Amino acid sequence: MPHSELLVEAHDLHAWYGSSHVLQGIDFKIGRGETVGLLGRNGMGKSTLIRTLLGHIKQRDGHITVRGKDMSKAKPHEVARMGIAYVPEGRGVFPNLSVRENLIMAARRGLDGRNDWPYERILETFPRLQERIGNMGNQLSGGEQQMLSIGRALMTHPDLIILDEATEGLAPLIVEEIWRVIATIRASGIATLIVDRNYHKVLANSDRALVLQKGQVVMSGTAKTIEQSDELTGYLGV
Amino acid sequence: MDLSIFLIQCLNSLQYGLLLFLVAMGLTLIFGIMGVINLAHGSFYMIGAYMAYALSPIVANAFGGGFFSVLVVGLVLAVILGYFLEWAFFSFLYDRDHLQQVLMTYGLILVFEELRSLLVGDDVHGVQPPDFLAGVIPLGDVMTYPVYRLFISAVCLLLALGMYYIFTRTRLGMMIRAGSTNREMVQSLGIDIKLLYRIVFAAGVALAAFAGMISAPVSTVYPGMGSQVLIICFVVVVIGGIGSIRGAFLAAMLIGFVDTFGKVLLPEAAGVLVYVLMALILLWKPDGLFKTS
Ligand SMILES: Nc1ncnc2c1ncn2[C@@H]1O[C@H](COP(=O)(O)OP(=O)(O)O)[C@@H](O)[C@H]1O
Ligand SMILES: [Mg+2]
Repeated sequence: MPHSELLVEAHDLHAWYGSSHVLQGIDFKIGRGETVGLLGRNGMGKSTLIRTLLGHIKQRDGHITVRGKDMSKAKPHEVARMGIAYVPEGRGVFPNLSVRENLIMAARRGLDGRNDWPYERILETFPRLQERIGNMGNQLSGGEQQMLSIGRALMTHPDLIILDEATEGLAPLIVEEIWRVIATIRASGIATLIVDRNYHKVLANSDRALVLQKGQVVMSGTAKTIEQSDELTGYLGV
Repeated sequence: MDLSIFLIQCLNSLQYGLLLFLVAMGLTLIFGIMGVINLAHGSFYMIGAYMAYALSPIVANAFGGGFFSVLVVGLVLAVILGYFLEWAFFSFLYDRDHLQQVLMTYGLILVFEELRSLLVGDDVHGVQPPDFLAGVIPLGDVMTYPVYRLFISAVCLLLALGMYYIFTRTRLGMMIRAGSTNREMVQSLGIDIKLLYRIVFAAGVALAAFAGMISAPVSTVYPGMGSQVLIICFVVVVIGGIGSIRGAFLAAMLIGFVDTFGKVLLPEAAGVLVYVLMALILLWKPDGLFKTS
């Protein structure tokens, strides 16, 4: 992959919570339009890796470049402004803002001036949000909050969306809808980094994947090779 | 109480309440959004009042004077002061516990009072309202009401409406409200939360200073006026519910009326009435009238 096509590249990432060394030297990269799955049991450091890439973890070490620019010491809003959107574990919907306000508060064009996910298209993609447009964030069901969180991410016209446990705690029908939306996002050329319990789904929807164990990458490769590996189920404890 | 006296007291209550609201709004925002207890907030009111007094000869020299020039210059200085204070002091307080916040902001009060004493002395001063607002309008057959007091109410009302509009309708307001519930998510959306906080803080300082400037002609300018306002503004914030603009507005109005009418109807108890009011409201609603998350 030519260098200019790389969105995020990280080398030898470390992160700590107090004295506990949670990420222990991780290499990571994701290219334009690529989908990467991030697997691993609970507590292995998936969310921490994401939050480190995004600049949220202060106690960190290593090199991060975004679009070739050094972002190792960048603040979270600077990383976001480089075209990276975050759909966090727990969704991060603002409870005291209406659905409409959650969506428009952070709307902006893409770095290349792209405006292909305007407000109207978000509401077409998520008709449920249209019905709840005046409701406050804390009046939404879990599924609606998840859609709002994804819709809000799209409103910033990112080149990469990071989805951390986007289907957690949702009813099967809603889970299906979320996966459908993820497919739409991929199809529109936005790169995605996906964390999800359902590793079959993750691998079926990814180009590449990596598996974390205790803060280290224990497997990485194309989704196909990972899926066929005998060690996978051992690492995932299933 | 005859009708025109009643009307006059209503207008006074309104004016006092609106003025309190301008000061309390900054206090409740800084507390509700940044989590900082700012004891120095009353000092900004004091600084505003002293600016109204001390700036007029200077502004008269530089721009040929005029009440509005003083207001504008004072407002600009207040915004600069707010930016500076946030950068130099308050930005270090966000993640600290309340005791440290109280200690530092109390220290700032002492610094401000000392600076005031050095720069303009400890005397009580009067400030003249501008000539064209110095008149009175008749109320009924014998009573009159100062035009300047009406002017204060009108300006405060406009400012309050403007702030309410910004807070509820603009994207800046949405970001500010969002920042009070989930800082990390606000940053993840590409918003510089530190800049946001600095804007909120500077706006709070500017509003308090503006309230001090505009009320100087009716309240006289004296040392210690900051602490008096601070205490009553904390009552407003607590009654209204910490962080709630709507609550602060309602509480400020309530206090404006209770205090003003208390002084007329129950002069012996006037000093304690607002605190009795606060106690009663907190017994009824321990989190204040409007609880925010
Ligand atoms: N805020 C935190 N403070 C302290 N330890 C944490 C914190 N968040 C996560 N951890 C610990 O870091 C490790 C990695 O957690 P996390 O990145 O959330 O894992 P995953 O997302 O893979 O489930 C776990 O052992 C977890 O207990
Ligand atoms: Mg996690």
